[in-house]
This record gives sequence, structure tokens and C-alpha cells, in this order.
Amino acid sequence: MNAFTPSRRGLLATAAGFGLSLQLLAVPAVAADAALNKKKVIVVICRGGMDGLSVAPPVGDSDYHGLRGALAFGSEALPLDGTFALHPQLTAVHAMAKAGEARIVPAVATPDRARSHFEAQDVLETGAPGVYSTTSGWLNRTVETLSAHRKVDAISIGPTAPLLLRGKVQTASWSPGRGVDAEARLPTLLQDLYRNDALLGPALARGLATETMAKDATAGLDGGQGAMMAQNGGKAGGGFKAGGGAQGAQGGREAAKTLGESLAGFMREPGGPTVAAISLDGFDSHAGQAGLLTQRLAYLDAVLDGVHTGLGPEWKNTVVLVATEFGRTARTNGTQGTDHGTGSTALILGGALKPGGIVGDWPTLKQSALFENRDVAPTLDMRGLFKGVLAEHMAVDRTALDNTVFPSSAAVKPVLGLV
Amino acid sequence: MTVDRDKRKETSAVALADKDMLAAIAVTRFGLGAKPGEIAEAARDPHGFLRAQIRRSGADQPPGQPVTSRERMGEFRDYQRERREARLEKTADVRPAAAAPANGADPTMADARPKRRDVADPVKAVGNMLREDISSDFTARTQLAASTDAAFRERWTLFWANHFTVSATKAITGTVVGPFEQEAIRPNVFGHFEDLLGAAESHPAMLTYLDQIQSIGPDSQFASMQRRGGPFGVGARPQQAALRSPGLNENLAREIMELHTVGVNGGYTQADVTEFARAMTGLSIGNERDGNYGAAVFREQAHEPGARMIMGVRYDQRGKEQTNAILTDLAAKPQTARFICGKIARHFVADDPPPALVARLEDAWRSSKGDLAYVADTLISAPEAWDPTPAKFKTPYEFIVSSFRAAGGQPQTFQSFGPILTALGQKPFSAPSPKGWPEDAQSWAAPDAIVKRMQFAQAFSVNTVRDRDPKILAADALGERLTPDTAKAIARAESRQEGFALLLMSPEFQRR
Repeated sequence: MNAFTPSRRGLLATAAGFGLSLQLLAVPAVAADAALNKKKVIVVICRGGMDGLSVAPPVGDSDYHGLRGALAFGSEALPLDGTFALHPQLTAVHAMAKAGEARIVPAVATPDRARSHFEAQDVLETGAPGVYSTTSGWLNRTVETLSAHRKVDAISIGPTAPLLLRGKVQTASWSPGRGVDAEARLPTLLQDLYRNDALLGPALARGLATETMAKDATAGLDGGQGAMMAQNGGKAGGGFKAGGGAQGAQGGREAAKTLGESLAGFMREPGGPTVAAISLDGFDSHAGQAGLLTQRLAYLDAVLDGVHTGLGPEWKNTVVLVATEFGRTARTNGTQGTDHGTGSTALILGGALKPGGIVGDWPTLKQSALFENRDVAPTLDMRGLFKGVLAEHMAVDRTALDNTVFPSSAAVKPVLGLV
Repeated sequence: MTVDRDKRKETSAVALADKDMLAAIAVTRFGLGAKPGEIAEAARDPHGFLRAQIRRSGADQPPGQPVTSRERMGEFRDYQRERREARLEKTADVRPAAAAPANGADPTMADARPKRRDVADPVKAVGNMLREDISSDFTARTQLAASTDAAFRERWTLFWANHFTVSATKAITGTVVGPFEQEAIRPNVFGHFEDLLGAAESHPAMLTYLDQIQSIGPDSQFASMQRRGGPFGVGARPQQAALRSPGLNENLAREIMELHTVGVNGGYTQADVTEFARAMTGLSIGNERDGNYGAAVFREQAHEPGARMIMGVRYDQRGKEQTNAILTDLAAKPQTARFICGKIARHFVADDPPPALVARLEDAWRSSKGDLAYVADTLISAPEAWDPTPAKFKTPYEFIVSSFRAAGGQPQTFQSFGPILTALGQKPFSAPSPKGWPEDAQSWAAPDAIVKRMQFAQAFSVNTVRDRDPKILAADALGERLTPDTAKAIARAESRQEGFALLLMSPEFQRR
């Protein structure tokens, strides 16, 4: 024993010298990590300025019908509480809300007030207090921060990576396609040709690894054509998809659900990503809003439905955040639509959620309460919502949240008690 | 001090580039990628090769018979009408009891199924025709890009088409993106910016895409008549009229300022946007009543009367002269020169371009009052634009077009390149927002996109390389820009197809 002790001490000292002491000594923390390693967060960005008053119409607010006129919802909306309901297309979200697994955040905004899509999306995704202050996304910096303590992987679904997930950490990206022939020489030759290429080298390696994982992740799903259609054809008006009709819409909904299930499939893989982002376009409803949002929200609902079903037992470890760059004018404009506004509605869903009512305060739609006599007044900084989830669900360190993940945001308090 | 040192370094790097390198840069960076023989042609006088492509009369038009946006809008209106009628008939079929009397009692009503299909067919047929229109417009445009000898002219044009984005993400504008480029953009790309701006903003496609066509002055004759239940609101119950009272839509006004002229930091406020939207009321497209369907019109009775204050300037012109005066002023603002010259430098040279280059372009813009031919000439002359290190990662469209050029061919069918563009995130004519397509590497170099580019290169090589030597194709495509590493990899390839695919996927071919 005596002979053994010095050597053991020596071993520890050597380990400490290499910065390994924490790992060796913190056994209880490692056990806690097992639970933590399963925690998942998914962020859905809805681009174009999603109208909060359509996502969760405040049907019980006495000013709502007067402001919205023909665009106002009545009994067809899916009731939540005395004030709020959900858009009739959000049936899956409504079922989750009834089960205490979805809540609305009805008056939330980024710190940006310019009513420009592109500036507001930039602020939403970089997590910075203002535009052009940083070029990486807050979700990428979250992964960077967490990677110091445990292995965390992230994926974006779609042919291009959203700014939200761009940055120092090379994250995965995937969209439905044909898959890679494992026997082909080209991937290997290219990896060699890219060995000194800081952009293409890591991207190709990551892409090939994700393709391998995709074989399992999307097994049993119509991961090819159906999801491909969802990715590309499921937009408002359909672009090329001039036809459609009820049957087309149904097909679009199924494809969107498959896309959500594919994302879930990746997250259920052993060693798969625990952080994910997906971005949906087409919410800019200046004219003909009713039809446009019926289509877009059905699509959103189906993606969320797919994520929910696809995650299966992992749903209880998951929080999904749905956010947009800004809300729209409280009043209907002259063309049965709404123009760029400020406060909007975010959604927070997941089996990890604590049941509860609305998140944040409702400022009401009284004329005196409107922001600049025009928009829903924000009562909550979007960063507070994100910070709360990251702090309590993902165990991101508070100092990092205040300084690195959301720069200069110490004054923005995390919304606690959501999970 | 640091700046000076950097500048010296830049100049010396440029000075080192010999004529063959300059020719390779001219064709790959300023142009759309080399066709076999093109670099050799440019090597005689790389700057002159590009300058000769500047042409007052504007860009080339894609091959084929031009169809006007007016015809296309008419077709779309017919399609919508048929669809509406088909829907009505469908409803009638589903509820035979209600429909039978109106239809004059059809005894075969019991068999509603086949009938429904018959009714739906013409709609589907027209829908396919519209889709076909978009595909053939885009194919013609890509054929032009893949085959033109004046590829700098075409790249310059594509820059402006993206600056003034009209997208097929809206069904109604799908079939007019092509005609819009042909009518508003192509003739004006080497004229004065003010004229290009006027042509783009007053074009029916833009007016439709950015929701201007229904925007109505709240105090216009039209609006007050409708409020009184006048000729336009006959039969409407007062309550209903109030619910649907016509008014402003500020989409176009905001995007003109934010995206097309002064930029988001251009110094305008929400009040300026709303005032501009008021000024533009009346700008719309003709309807069936006035027999001008699909043409840009100005409706005095929908125009908000009175003077407008925008960015500190009072506009008391009447009618559409008010919009013209505002556009003229926006075009002339120094913020506009700065914003757009920054974009030009980012498009042609680097995601983060040398400030000296932007300053040079801005000077040219201001001193020539927005003469785009002069700005293009200044870009060609700018030493900062000729750095041999390629800084731009190709967008999917640039990658596909340059692949066809490297193979010395052009696409024969939409199918041969349309779907891959969609898979790479750049669906033909369908920019995700009025901001247009992004042009930075981070947007296009996601892992999934690189894998899909590789898959395209594989399939494309199989179909195009035939019995040609990929080493020669590589020398033709990249000239002096071909690196020893890539040349070696191509030389070692086990098949011609593999060699050509390696060329297309090489770091230097992926960039420009």
C-alpha cells in the first residue's frame, strides 16, 4: 500500500498537469452528465415576419376584432384560455398544448426595431444586441460553449445552413437527396484534394458523415422524394406548384411531417446531434394573409408534429422553440394583409416543458398599449426566452449566456421555470 | 501604417500576375467560367476583353421568341378563372341537391367521380403550361449564360436581376420573372441607375411581387367612394365595407428604400416609408374593365392626394410625377452609391471586399451620376479586383453554368440542371425573399451542399466528358489558376469521368 501511494499521487499530479484532474475527480458530475447528454433543443425560424395575432389570436381581447376586421378569427380558432386561441391549422400544437407540452409567448421581440426583415433576422440569429455586430449564430456559440464540457453536435435541416447555426464550430447539415455511394472513389479523392482547404475540407467530411448517419436516421421514412418535396415545394403559392388544391395541400402536409420525422431521426441516433435548427420561409403576409398563413401554418404544424412523433421516447428530453424576426401591424392594412410590425408570438414546445399559461405578459391591444400606435408591444426580449431554455434545459453557464452566447446581454434576464 | 503595408502587399501581388493569370481571372471571376479556348482569347488583352463587353444598348436577350409579361399575366388570370370555375363545379358535384336545379337537373349526376376528374383536367393542363413557361424561361436564360461569348456582360446583368429580385415564390409572379428581366433589367444594365430603377419599380411584375397593385390612398376618391358604398361597393353592407376598407400597403415602399436604393442604414424612418407608400398609391396594373390587363397603369382616383415629406424633402407633384421625383432623388443619394457599390464589390471580388475598391466604385458612381457603364469600366480597371487568390465561392447557379461552359456545352433540358439547383438551395427564379440570393460562401458551403455538388459533378461528368482528355479540359477551364495538386489528381484519375468530376469539384473551380 505504502509503495503504491506515491505512484498514485504521482499519477494524479501528472493528470492535473495535463488539465485532466477535473475529469478524474468529478465522478458525480459525470453521472449527472448522462442525463444532461440526452437534453435536446430544436430551434425553428419562421422567416418573413410571422403574424403573432394569427398564430395565437387573442380572441378574448376586446380590441382584437376591431383591429383585424375580416382577418379576425372567431370560434374556428382552437381555444387555449380565456384570451388566446391557436390558428385552426395548428392542430398538432393544440394537442400538445392541451397535454401541457406547448405554450405561447404572445408579445416577444428581438431588440431590433427597424422593421426590416433582413436586419431583424440578423439580430434574431446572431443573438447580438444590434445588427452587424457579429457574424456567427447564437446556437453555434451555444454548441461552442457546451463543447468545453461535453460532446455536443448540431445539425441544420435544409440545403443551406441558417445564420443561427453558422460559426466557429463545424456543424452538420442535411437535406433529403439520393445518398452517397459508399464504394465510389471520388469522396476519398476529394477529401485528399481538400486537405488544406479550411472551407471545403471540414464541410465535405461532415457532409459524408451525416450521409452515413442519414441511412439509419431516415430508415423506414419516405425520406427521399416526399421530404424533398417538402423542402422545396411547400411554400406559399408553391412557386412552380401552380396547381395543388386540397389534395396537394394534404401531400404537402405529409411531406412536411416526414421532414420533421427525419430531423427527429437524426437526434435519436446514438451519438447524433442534440442541437438542431430548421428554417421555414414565406411568412411575409402583406396581402391575402388568410390564405397564405393557412398554408404556411399547416406546414409548420406538420413539421412540429413530425418532430414530436419522430422523437418518440426522446420527446421528454426535448424543448422546441419557434420564433420569427418580428410581428406584424395590429391593424389589417388596405390589402387584406398586414405590414411589418414589432411584437410577435413565439412557441415553446416539448416533453421537457413544465405546463403553464402564456409566457410573458400580454400588453393587450388597446390603442394606448400598441407600440407606436401600430404594433403589438413587446413585453419580453426574445433573448430572455432563449437564455432561460439554454440555462435550465441545456445547463449553459450564465456568464457565457450573458457575454458569449448573447453578447452584452447581462441586463436581459433569462425566463426561468420553463422546464 | 498597417493599411499602407496591406496596400503595398496587394499591389505587389497584382503586379506579379502575368497576362495568362489575368486572362484566367477575367474569364472566371468577371465572367461565368471558361469555355474551351476562351482564356487563350482573353490573354491577348484581358482588360480589353472585358471592356469590349460593355454595351450601351444593354444585355443580350435569352434565345427564343420573347413573350411579354402582359401576355403571361393574361394567361395566369385565365388559369385562375378556370380554377375558380372548376372549384365551383366541384362544390356543385359534392352537393348535388343544391346544384341540380341551377344546372338544369342532370340525370347522370349519380356518377360524380369521373365528371370531377374531367372538370379538373383543363386546370391541371394550364397549371402544367404555366410551370412549363417558367422552366423554359429559365432554361433559355441558362443557355445564354452557358454559351455567351460576353460572359462579363451576363454576370453584370445577373447582378442587377438579383438586386431587383422578383421571385416565383408567389404563384402570380412565377411566369413573369423571365419577362421582367427581359423588359426591365436587360435593356438598362449599362444605362444610368435612375433609369434602371424606374424601369424595375414600375414594371407590372415588381408591382405585383411587392403588393403595390392593391395599395390605395386612404383619402383617395376611390376609398371614399367605397366607404360610401358607391359604385365600387354596391350591395356591400356597411359593416362589411368597413371590414374591408381599402388602404395602404407599404411593402414596395420599404423595399425600394431598404433593398434597392439607400439601404437599411440609409437614414429613413417608418414615417418616410409610410409617406412613400402614400405617394405611390395609384401605381397598379390594368384590369379587365379598363382593357389593360397586365400592363402598368396609374389610377388617379386611387392616388392619395396632397404633398408628401420624405427624408426631409417636400414633394408636391401631382399624380405619378410624385413617385418619379422621389425615385430620382433616391437614385441620386450618396447612400445609394455606397450601398450598391459595396454590393458590386462583394459580388465580384470578395465577401469582405477591400475598402479601396468600394471607394473607387463609389467615386465613379457619384462623378458619373450613376452611369452604370462607367461603374463597370471602373470595376475592370480596379487593381483590387485582380488579386490572383480567388475569394468568391461560387453560388449553385454559377457552379452549374461554369460546369456547362467547362464542358463546352449548354443545357438542352430544364431537367438537366433545374432539380440540382433546387437541391442546392437555389430553386430557379425562386429567391426566398426580395433581398434576392445571398452571395457569401457561408450561405452556400454547408456540408450537405458540398455532398450534393459532388453528386452532380459525378453524374454530369458521366454524361458530358465522352472521349475528351480531362487534363486538357482542366487547362482550358482554369488556365493559370489550375494548381499542381489538382492537375496531379486529375492526371491520376482512373477514368475520364472521374478526372472531369475532380476538376469540377477542385477548390479552384469551386471558387472564382
